[in-house]
Amino acid sequence: MAQAHTHGKNEHVQGHGDHSHGHGDHHDHHPTGLMRWVKSTNHKDIGTLYLWFSFIMLLSGGALALIIRAELFQPGIQVVNPEVFNGLTTMHGLIMVFGAIMPAFVGFANWLVPMQIGAPDMAFPRMNNWSFWLLPPAAILLVGSFFVPGGATGSGWTLYPPLYIQNGIAADMTIFAVHILGASSIMGSINIITTILNMRAPGMTLMKMPLFIWTWLITAYLLIAVMPVLAGAVTMLLTDRHFGTNFFNAAGGGDPTMFMHVFWFFGHPEVYIMILPAFGIVSQIVPAFSRKPLFGYSSMVYATASIAILSFIVWGHHMFTVGMPVTAQLFFMLATMLISVPTGVKVFNWVATMWKGELTFETPMLWAVGFIALFTIGGFSGLVCSMTPIDVSIHNTYYVVAHFHYVLFSGALYSIFGGVYFWLPKFTGNMYDEKLGKWHFWLTTISFNITFFPQHFLGLAGMVRRYADYPLQFAEWNMWSSIGAFILGPSQLLFLYIVLKCIKGGQKAAQKQWEGADSLEWTHLPSPAPYHSFETPPVLR
Amino acid sequence: MANSQQSGGYYLPEPSSWPIKGSIALFLMASGFIWFLSGTKTGLWVMLVGLAFLVYMMVGWFGQVAGESESGKYNKQVDMSYRWSMSWFIFSEVMFFAAFFGALYYARTLSVPWLGDIDNKLLWPNYTPTWPTAGPYDAGAFKTIGAWGVPFWNTVILLTSGLTITLAHWALKKNNRSQLILWLAATVALGCLFLFFQAEEYIHAYKELGLTLGKGIYGATFFMLTGFHGFHVTIGTIMLIVILFRCIKGHFKPHNHFAFEAVSWYWHFVDVVWIGLFIFVYAIVG
Repeated sequence: MAQAHTHGKNEHVQGHGDHSHGHGDHHDHHPTGLMRWVKSTNHKDIGTLYLWFSFIMLLSGGALALIIRAELFQPGIQVVNPEVFNGLTTMHGLIMVFGAIMPAFVGFANWLVPMQIGAPDMAFPRMNNWSFWLLPPAAILLVGSFFVPGGATGSGWTLYPPLYIQNGIAADMTIFAVHILGASSIMGSINIITTILNMRAPGMTLMKMPLFIWTWLITAYLLIAVMPVLAGAVTMLLTDRHFGTNFFNAAGGGDPTMFMHVFWFFGHPEVYIMILPAFGIVSQIVPAFSRKPLFGYSSMVYATASIAILSFIVWGHHMFTVGMPVTAQLFFMLATMLISVPTGVKVFNWVATMWKGELTFETPMLWAVGFIALFTIGGFSGLVCSMTPIDVSIHNTYYVVAHFHYVLFSGALYSIFGGVYFWLPKFTGNMYDEKLGKWHFWLTTISFNITFFPQHFLGLAGMVRRYADYPLQFAEWNMWSSIGAFILGPSQLLFLYIVLKCIKGGQKAAQKQWEGADSLEWTHLPSPAPYHSFETPPVLR
Repeated sequence: MANSQQSGGYYLPEPSSWPIKGSIALFLMASGFIWFLSGTKTGLWVMLVGLAFLVYMMVGWFGQVAGESESGKYNKQVDMSYRWSMSWFIFSEVMFFAAFFGALYYARTLSVPWLGDIDNKLLWPNYTPTWPTAGPYDAGAFKTIGAWGVPFWNTVILLTSGLTITLAHWALKKNNRSQLILWLAATVALGCLFLFFQAEEYIHAYKELGLTLGKGIYGATFFMLTGFHGFHVTIGTIMLIVILFRCIKGHFKPHNHFAFEAVSWYWHFVDVVWIGLFIFVYAIVG
């Protein structure tokens, strides 16, 4: 990524001669060093910041997960006390969702949206900078909450009252962190939507856009629709805590389950916010290594839109056991099952894309195929959870933990890893180490399954989530899960090494490094991509 | 590259230090407020310093954008980008209010009636779940504000202000500057009048009606909905005042004045939210 900058500087010097109209001196004052990153209005620099931030958060959240797994290695209390354990599960969830997964996808959007639609940059480069630089203050508030009196908030990432309202100062820190993250997401999404709708090169019609762009367009819409609702929910928590309101207090005529409704009205679309861009990335990788166009492009677009629309009417499946009318349970159950139709369309389309393709399995393709296989397992376990009568017995058990790690780790995170390997040659101009990349994939995939597959058994046997201790009967599978986790965590340091090595040097990447890739960043831009992607709109066939 | 119209007609701004200043300001505000809430008065000062810094950032950033616009650096594409972004921003605001309206509907049609059902009779045998309510725990009696007094006149004021800002817009399109300033000033005055009446109404509620934020679910939804609306009217009025000063300085052209239009869109949005409040919070009470 440092390469991109060096290249960009050359571009500037060259560009200077092209239009030396007397005010070219602006060009020469681009800050360097730290200020380059702090003041940047460049989509690639900001994308890089997002991706590194996300990786740091991934390691932080991962470290918390390892403490959790260390505690759960054996029955009994060994490593942390239950209060700290509650803080660990809460912050692991919040950091991974808001710190690791979402910023990684925004990082990809920053890098790729202008390149794939034929624009020079995002529509609002300064607001783009602010969207990123709101993340560190929010992260300081979140991570800092471990070190205040009372420790990190222990109510789970869903922030349910009444427990949340009884938390200490950390609860307020979390509320304002969520507010700032929400502001960042809304500005980022407005920027992405505006860029996609208004900055496309002539001839780039909506139905010619790469699928990654489509999925982000719909994701950004979801973000703008639900982040303000989360802001409203946490504001109600704040006033219930400090200003005497009774939104979630039955004695005052309120209702604690009302928070769950408001939260999950945000929360379920949020789940798709974290998976739709993953679908987009996989839809770019699979055709490239199958050397075939994506099967059923338009059905992919409609399936993405259907998932987004359905995501607003299924939130009740997160709370089947809190008490709601049977009619409502039935409605949420059936609406949830309906989502498997467009999701199935996607899985079949990826498989059909590979069918009779000239397949090769470089590292990005391994992650994409791993995604399809393991995400589908997560999808099926989701279908199991969607059935109200079954959910009544597996709600809040490790079955649910296993389910959402199969969709978020081997779903969202696998696509992020695949995307990094896929676009690193374009980002840096160098090839990554193919052999080490494959090691990273296989280490992660094997240890991931050792970690999370046994959690299905634990959940079906009745082990409840978010407890620091458990009965003896669950000891064996917990041990295996912890062993897997301690391979899984350190394996990610290999990823750090591969990325750093690729940035420093290596075999030079071709403009079209993957012969089957057909979006504009491969067909029209050199590797590494120039500082400003397209100074003039590309000509499209 | 502030001068990049030559290269393909795109507008790309220079690196900017306004965003990081905004982040520092918000961090000071958030941490100061958290400190204050935990019982430390100093926190309030930290928060106020953050707020002042935020105002400084907004004046600087918006000032820079206004300057770029007036010096003709923006083309049609930039104009269109601003239109899309303002529309989506207003959509996000709609969803923010939707959360609080949702809480109101949920409480009124579902959770409050459930509090009177057979299960809860064991806990609260004497509770009758009618709206308005402060809940089964006796928080003290209160009266509600009638719709057809001050709230009705506030409706008239806001609807009239929607009319005056449209008259101002027409005047701007006809390049009639004195009419523009007159109608815009009238809109600002109406906005201030609305806020004055709203403040009077709150004082009345607290002092005479016994209606406070702590009066159960009714007090919570009433004050949070009308309070956030009042906050948005305040923001809208400040935006109107900024636009008024820009008009007096001679900014905007009959065919190029998106900042003006953005403020008027926002003002109409605030207006529509009020109609929702008038109907669901004030008019339909029993």
